[in-house]
Amino acid sequence: MLAYVGRRLLQSLFVLLGVSVIVFGLLHLTGDPTRLLLPLEAREEDVRQLRALLGLDDPLLVQYARFLSRAIRGDFGLSFKHQVPALTLILQTLPATLQLTAAGLGLALVVAVPAGILAALRRNSVLDAVCSVGVLLGQAMPVYWLGLLLILVFAVELGWFPAAGRDGLASLVLPATTLGAFSMARIARMARSGMLEVLAQDYVRTARAAGLRAFVVTYKYALKNAAIPLVTIVGLEFGILLGGAVITETLFAWPGVGRLAVDAIFSRDYPLVQAIVAMLATLFVLINLVVDLVYLYLDPRIVYVRSAR
Amino acid sequence: MSESAASPAAVAALPAAPRARRRASFRATFGITVLLLMSGAALLAPQLAPWDPARQMLLKRLRPPAWQERGLREHPLGTDHLGRDILSRILHGGRISLGVGLSAVTLSALIGVTLGLLAGFHGGRTDTAIMRIVDVFLAIPYILLAMGVVFALGPSLLNVILVMAATRWVQFARIVRADVLSIREREFVSGARAGNRGLRLLLRHVLPNALTPIIVVATLELAFMIIYESALSFLGLGVQPPTPTWGWMLADGRNYIGTAWWLATFPGLAIMLTVLAVNLLGDWLRDTLDPRLTVA
Repeated sequence: MLAYVGRRLLQSLFVLLGVSVIVFGLLHLTGDPTRLLLPLEAREEDVRQLRALLGLDDPLLVQYARFLSRAIRGDFGLSFKHQVPALTLILQTLPATLQLTAAGLGLALVVAVPAGILAALRRNSVLDAVCSVGVLLGQAMPVYWLGLLLILVFAVELGWFPAAGRDGLASLVLPATTLGAFSMARIARMARSGMLEVLAQDYVRTARAAGLRAFVVTYKYALKNAAIPLVTIVGLEFGILLGGAVITETLFAWPGVGRLAVDAIFSRDYPLVQAIVAMLATLFVLINLVVDLVYLYLDPRIVYVRSAR
Repeated sequence: MSESAASPAAVAALPAAPRARRRASFRATFGITVLLLMSGAALLAPQLAPWDPARQMLLKRLRPPAWQERGLREHPLGTDHLGRDILSRILHGGRISLGVGLSAVTLSALIGVTLGLLAGFHGGRTDTAIMRIVDVFLAIPYILLAMGVVFALGPSLLNVILVMAATRWVQFARIVRADVLSIREREFVSGARAGNRGLRLLLRHVLPNALTPIIVVATLELAFMIIYESALSFLGLGVQPPTPTWGWMLADGRNYIGTAWWLATFPGLAIMLTVLAVNLLGDWLRDTLDPRLTVA
């Protein structure tokens, strides 16, 4: 078990190292980053000066080592646009994004898990049909379109919730629904098929044959086992939602990391873009590490399965 | 509550009930019909579209669909803020959405399947190395990476396709690797090993047996790519105007959401219908080809 935890930690470190290579490469993509950083009409002399200033004349490997050693300490340089350390900007906007993501995921879980389980328990009922139509639509609707429709109906027509900004709980409703809808569909689908699978297992049949009441079988045995795969999904979903926040935040003018990133990309603020990509990837890796360890606690069989690989 | 727990389990244990099977075939028929209609409309867009999609008719700006007051019969779905015909733009936009989606899926399948085959078949260090790269790509928020790259390289049609493929190949790599891991242990592969070497063994004996999940993932990824492309367009980094794309139309419509609902509604419907159709096809393929497969 300890060996597994150790290996999992090492693996996470390796992934972060890979992320740093890509983030570093992002700036060097066009060959000469100074071209990205300076306006097109910049003088040749300014280009040369900036190259020297940024240490871009050093060998690539030296540059990468320098980038990495700074990045580990959280130093991604100053944002070009805001002239503030990139990390400071991220830390200012991260709470808004985490709030939105947590609300979206929370909403998705609260609706999808009971819906999926009920659909499985009453297979082929009207409820099941409604549920699967919802799942199909939820998975086919582009996030930003759903957001636009929600704005149209609930902000423009009915005026129940604000269409943009972050001002109290009311302003959280539309963005969180928009962000969470896709996850809701996916989680409901997984909850349903997971529950159906568990209900068909031998131990459920045995419990029933042993004369346990249906209620106990369903809620004590089946539900508990159906919940396990959902834990992994939550970790993955959280990462996907962090990425999806880019669109939702842009649409609702939500002052989070995603909107900051879009803004940074369009203003060629590469240090900030690098910092945000690195930060979100790190968050994703950490969350999945935690989820894997929780999973290990819930289902110790996993160690043997993974070791056998 | 007393009976409800017993009956579903009994149903679950049985092979698909006739009702479920009928529902499945209805879904498949619906999916394929819509998809054929959409592809046909996209292919024949130049012939079908009543107007040039880029033609601006400033005197007829922001006209609602024909059935509404102020609607014009020659513009069934209305016109946008520059007086361009929405129906024509949707028909032409389908060419980009489907074309870009198909190209991106093909390319990403090529990369992903190759790496997945190598990882699964060779195992050991090759496997570890490839799977760690997969982990890296899973960790990076792909939309941001795509936006950064497209912005740096310039938003051409080719760049958009390349970036989309480069950020999604992991989906293929993972499923192919998992499948090949089990295929290579089967007897026919050891048998084939005797007479075949390396690449030939992989292409002639291993790959054909891994085709089912590849086809299923490719379908579901096509749906994803259509949404992905329109998201990039929506954020301003997709295929550039004046080429009409569904994502751009939505982005335009966003500014008129309070006054002209039809600008954003119709392209959104087009995306949703297409994605829905592709997803239904994918589900059906999965259930028919390989009932064991469950893709989240």
